[in-house]
Amino acid sequence: MKSTTPRRSRAAIVCTGTLALALTACGGGGFEEEAGSPQQSSGPAKLTILIGTSGDAETNAVKAAADAWAKKSGNTAEVVVASDLNQQLGQGFAGGNPPDVFYTDASRVGDFAKAGNLYAYGDEVKDAGFLDSLVQTYTYDGKLQCAPKDFSTLGLVINSDLWAKAGLTEADIPKDWPSLEATAKKLTSGNVTGLVISGEAARVGAFMKQAGGWIVNEDGTEMTANSPENVEALTFVKKMLTDGTMKYAKEVDAGWGGEALGKGTAAMTIEGNWIRGALQKDFPNVKATVAELPAGPKGKGTLLFSNCWGIAAKSKNQAAAVDLVKSLTSTEQQMEFAKAFGVMPSTTAGVEQYAKDFPQDAAFAAGGEYGQGPVNLAGYEPVNAAFNTDLEQLKSKDPKAILDTLQKNGEAVIQGK
Amino acid sequence: MTTDVSATRGRVTPGRGSGPRRGGSARGRGRRGDAAAGWLFTAPMIAILGVFLFIPVLMALYVSLTSWNGNGSPFGGGENARFVGLDNYTALFTEDGLTRETFMQSLGNNFWFVLFVVPLQTALAFFLALIVNNRFLRGKGFFRTAFYFPSVTSSIAISVVFIFLFANSGAVNAVLSWFGIDGPAWFSDSRGLFHIVAGAFGVDGTPAFAQAEVFGRTLWEWFAGPSVAMCVVIFLVVWTTTGTFMLMFLAALQDLPEEVDEAALLDGTSGWQKLRHITIPMLKPAFFLVTTLGLIGTWQVFDQIYVMGKGAPANTTLTPAFLSYKQSFTSLDYGTGAAISFVVFALIVAITSFQRWLLRDRDAAPRRRRRGLGLGRPVGSTTSGAAAEAGDRA
Repeated sequence: MKSTTPRRSRAAIVCTGTLALALTACGGGGFEEEAGSPQQSSGPAKLTILIGTSGDAETNAVKAAADAWAKKSGNTAEVVVASDLNQQLGQGFAGGNPPDVFYTDASRVGDFAKAGNLYAYGDEVKDAGFLDSLVQTYTYDGKLQCAPKDFSTLGLVINSDLWAKAGLTEADIPKDWPSLEATAKKLTSGNVTGLVISGEAARVGAFMKQAGGWIVNEDGTEMTANSPENVEALTFVKKMLTDGTMKYAKEVDAGWGGEALGKGTAAMTIEGNWIRGALQKDFPNVKATVAELPAGPKGKGTLLFSNCWGIAAKSKNQAAAVDLVKSLTSTEQQMEFAKAFGVMPSTTAGVEQYAKDFPQDAAFAAGGEYGQGPVNLAGYEPVNAAFNTDLEQLKSKDPKAILDTLQKNGEAVIQGK
Repeated sequence: MTTDVSATRGRVTPGRGSGPRRGGSARGRGRRGDAAAGWLFTAPMIAILGVFLFIPVLMALYVSLTSWNGNGSPFGGGENARFVGLDNYTALFTEDGLTRETFMQSLGNNFWFVLFVVPLQTALAFFLALIVNNRFLRGKGFFRTAFYFPSVTSSIAISVVFIFLFANSGAVNAVLSWFGIDGPAWFSDSRGLFHIVAGAFGVDGTPAFAQAEVFGRTLWEWFAGPSVAMCVVIFLVVWTTTGTFMLMFLAALQDLPEEVDEAALLDGTSGWQKLRHITIPMLKPAFFLVTTLGLIGTWQVFDQIYVMGKGAPANTTLTPAFLSYKQSFTSLDYGTGAAISFVVFALIVAITSFQRWLLRDRDAAPRRRRRGLGLGRPVGSTTSGAAAEAGDRA
């Protein structure tokens, strides 16, 4: 090969190119610190909405709602379905280019807010009439961080056929712990277990609430995990597990309570609204009745699950995003979502409407009054995972020891390591 | 070849004749030119490695010294990325807390994983290589392809298939039930293998001699062995990696000088003796390569874990690589996540050096070792013996 370019200058070219490459890699704008909120763009906004979807029904409903808003407001809104919402959000935040609007799970609000990833627009949407329990769930650092999207609660779901087979009637639906135990015992025979639940805090926690305890105090500033009430709750669950009247879903070869109920290995389970859609899809012939969870020594208690519409602190279109969220959380729009994929509206008016339109699920709606949202401490995720691991082995472990560990780990998180 | 070399030289020192250069100054200049050309040709690769590997590694090292939460730049300081020195590392080793507990458990899990996978995959790969290297095997091509196939299939796809195979009512348990064995609930059984064995001998709970705590875990917990769920991952990894390593052994086997083999035959060695005293010593470099690659690969296991349960049941399939990812992207604690990966890095370097020391050639002169196969004394003595015998016969 012959070349007319002198060797020396070729070397120079290569070196300069290399250097330029190295410099752009470091100085490409990705690492500059931006102070305060980013400059807001003017003119029609182009919003990106990142959602974690339960299926086509949900995706299409959100798309339709976003399109309707875009048409009305003259902006554009693109709905992106995440395959792993938490990871994609983490990536977006770290890369400085997060989606404008996104689903935020109630248990992650603390983490996101503490890291300064959320634009706390709560004050702008306060008047929408959200349920108090939801507002409390999404309040971190004294500020409502985002608008609740919808919610679900846990109820006692009963396989109607197995119920009738055991000779039980509607009057036998358990109202308290002793009757729950007695009914579960009656229903347990052969392959059928009286009560099957997932062995995790998100189910077992309901018993803690019914016993008058909870993992943290009311404003979420202190751990109250090893209170006598919580010990009482876990002891009760452990007793039912040992008696064999209650089993974890994994023990009966099911991924979750709904699957066990559908397969007929569980007569009762504790699950949320989503069980309706799942049963319809996988076990269309199974009839299920929903009741409120039986009350414990300190009254009724259930857990509440919810997502909110987070808006990124780094979004350039915050005003448009808030406007979009307002339209998405209107009671009419939320009823559309409820019809499409079975979640409950996050507003008081919406809940009433829901109970009226879906009388068979009124028990879920009733739970909104006294439901407990997830712990939203920043950094609580791994603590919860460790607690779940312990709960899986509740049968062979001491309830007090489990709760002491939870208390210790949680306190470490509150003190910031 | 020769023309190539002279052409290169000609370019390196332009304006000079291509005749032999003996003068000291000329040679010095030529060397300098050579060096420049060398740097020039490697520059693109150095740049790529630098930009995409070396600089990011240094950046990650810095992140591991901060409490970066993923918001903004990790180099900006401030609330989002405070410099915390070695705090992230001490949290992993000396502070009694959840971080250390999970990290130590993941180390324990991965340790058992490596201890089972590396010997198994090496032995199996060597065995398969011997089979497909057999002169009298028919359909060699078919078997070579069949054994190599798992290695070229996507690990995610295979993991998903394994999830179905090992489901509670899956194919594996169905086959086991033909033999009257009630298969375990593979993916939800968190009991360690050694605990199960101990349980069979009536040892339940923590015996007194295993109460001592090391890094916050009792010895009993450390010596649990891989959980039943982890065993599935072990099967899977052994099965998928064996093919590649078989290929390496096969290449080494085909590289062995045939005369040595023949000489051994003349010596009247049995098949086993030949394998034990000739083939295996001569394959030492191949064994070193396979075990090293195996060790590095097994300490970094990630995708199988991600697909097959993300650490469940009871964190017994959690590995440091996965924990690092989880700590960073789910818990938004990038500092600890980066620290974990550097600890694993140090661990891999340490273990590989140890293994290098273990497999070093003890009795061969350094020069001979460099010549490639590194024939040990047993081989040498056998050949010379065989040669002498052959000489006698002649």
